[in-house]
Amino acid sequence: MSYDVRLLRTDFPLLRRVVNGYPITYLDSGATSLTPRTVLEAMDVYYSRHHANVHRGVYQTAAEATAAYEDARAAVARFIGAAHADEVVFTKNATESFNLLARAWGAANLRPGDVVVVTEMEHHANLVPWFQLRDSHGIELRFLRVGDDYRLDLSNLDELLDGATLLSVTAMSNVLGTINPVVHLAERAHAAGALLAVDGAQSVAHLPTDVQSLGADFLAFSAHKMLGPTGIGVLWAKQEHWDRTPPFLGGGGMIADVTLDGFTPADGPARYEAGTPPIAEAVGLGAAVRYLESITMESVAAHELDLTTYALERLTSSFDGRVRIVGPRETTERGGVISLDVEGVHPHDVSQVLDQYGVCVRPGHHCAKPLMRRFDLAATARVSFGPYSTRPEVDTLVDALGQALEMFS
Amino acid sequence: MTQMPPLNDLYREIVMDHYRTPRNRGELPTPPARRADGHNPLCGDEISVFVLVEGDLITDVKLTGHGCSISQASSSMMSAAIKGRRVEEARELVARFKDLMTAESSEPSEDALRELGEIAALSGVSKFPVRIKCATLAWNTLTQALDDAETSEPQQG
Repeated sequence: MSYDVRLLRTDFPLLRRVVNGYPITYLDSGATSLTPRTVLEAMDVYYSRHHANVHRGVYQTAAEATAAYEDARAAVARFIGAAHADEVVFTKNATESFNLLARAWGAANLRPGDVVVVTEMEHHANLVPWFQLRDSHGIELRFLRVGDDYRLDLSNLDELLDGATLLSVTAMSNVLGTINPVVHLAERAHAAGALLAVDGAQSVAHLPTDVQSLGADFLAFSAHKMLGPTGIGVLWAKQEHWDRTPPFLGGGGMIADVTLDGFTPADGPARYEAGTPPIAEAVGLGAAVRYLESITMESVAAHELDLTTYALERLTSSFDGRVRIVGPRETTERGGVISLDVEGVHPHDVSQVLDQYGVCVRPGHHCAKPLMRRFDLAATARVSFGPYSTRPEVDTLVDALGQALEMFS
Repeated sequence: MTQMPPLNDLYREIVMDHYRTPRNRGELPTPPARRADGHNPLCGDEISVFVLVEGDLITDVKLTGHGCSISQASSSMMSAAIKGRRVEEARELVARFKDLMTAESSEPSEDALRELGEIAALSGVSKFPVRIKCATLAWNTLTQALDDAETSEPQQG
């Protein structure tokens, strides 16, 4: 089946919006992706026909709700190549997944002086929980730096990994678009006796993901960046790592037994899913996974590569060097996230002028302040693509950027 | 659905002039001047306000920092407006400016506009709610600097 983006766009109701008199040009999928009708319908059907709490009731709809929730877990496991559905734990978002990793696995398995290696290009979600663990448990943090080519500087990787317990790295930078060599990093980490955690918040929505071939030990991502709803994320870990991870949040649903002397935690993913989980959101995530499987991640990746190639070419040829790309110029090992530094126009103003033409891009530091400091930037204007993005939208962006430059020249 | 007001409401000529040619850029020696730092964590705008208060008079103001056109123009216009004014007058101006930013529906009064002078050109910002923080950053930072000047020992002129 060929990839027909025009047909695919009819699946996304929001793309019919008119903003400031212009058809919306949504170029902020790196922040959150648009939602196809099948996802909305799946959640509607859940609320209309099957709504009940999970893992508790014995009546018909409760059994249906539980089946729908666990079906979603199985769909996610299949989508990322997990060995078993029980390795998939639902969280609130990728940020909570990293907090679960640091506070439950990390606090139980890391001793004072143990080393976690992260990188200078991480989102705050993969930095702050480790800083918190450093403060509470005395772990040591080491940092892989970013080179002038906007890629990880691996020249001292083995040195940094020497004696390390964990390497935690993003598969794709949410600022630069850089795709990191996760397979290589997994090999080197494992050779040094360290585990590998992967931030898949950007990559899972745009590239095929197979945790087995990546060699990852942990993978964190959010549903709302992969056509799913807000309010649900995933932490996947190999079973052997879950076996060494105590519960995270305490409460209902995560126990096997409670007496006045204490509690015994449940087994399996329930151990980490205290309280009523985001059931409708899980159903929506399951539908998003099936949607992505139907259009195939290989096609999504190819489509976005074509779009990124076109956008980089147009952006660099249109403005006499007044629009600088903050990220790799080459299209190999690079995703559809393009940060712009527009000469004489602050990113906030770029975004404001673009909005006048219905063009949605993100100004700011993108929750990656150490990376922004590395390149001596306070902010960039970030363009990011989704499966529904098109070349004509890139043209609209380029025209609107021209207006911004003219206005501020 | 409300449509965005035209960008001309936001980027008025006088606002763009202050952005392109900011007034009172630089630093003052501290002490005797007071310094306050403000930043907008959402967009990364940063500003430092230096005020020299002698008696109850603001005799000099300087600004450093970086940010979007609205934050830069607003800080420049503020510095021009408060230099040479009494502290109390400057505080009244801060209050008036904040009123201007929150007056979404009602047009500011003739009196308020006269008092604000060219700063009234920023009134369009109130129609762009996400940009209000950009415009008020310098003014909040000024308040910090004035509070600091008032609570510390009087400076020798």
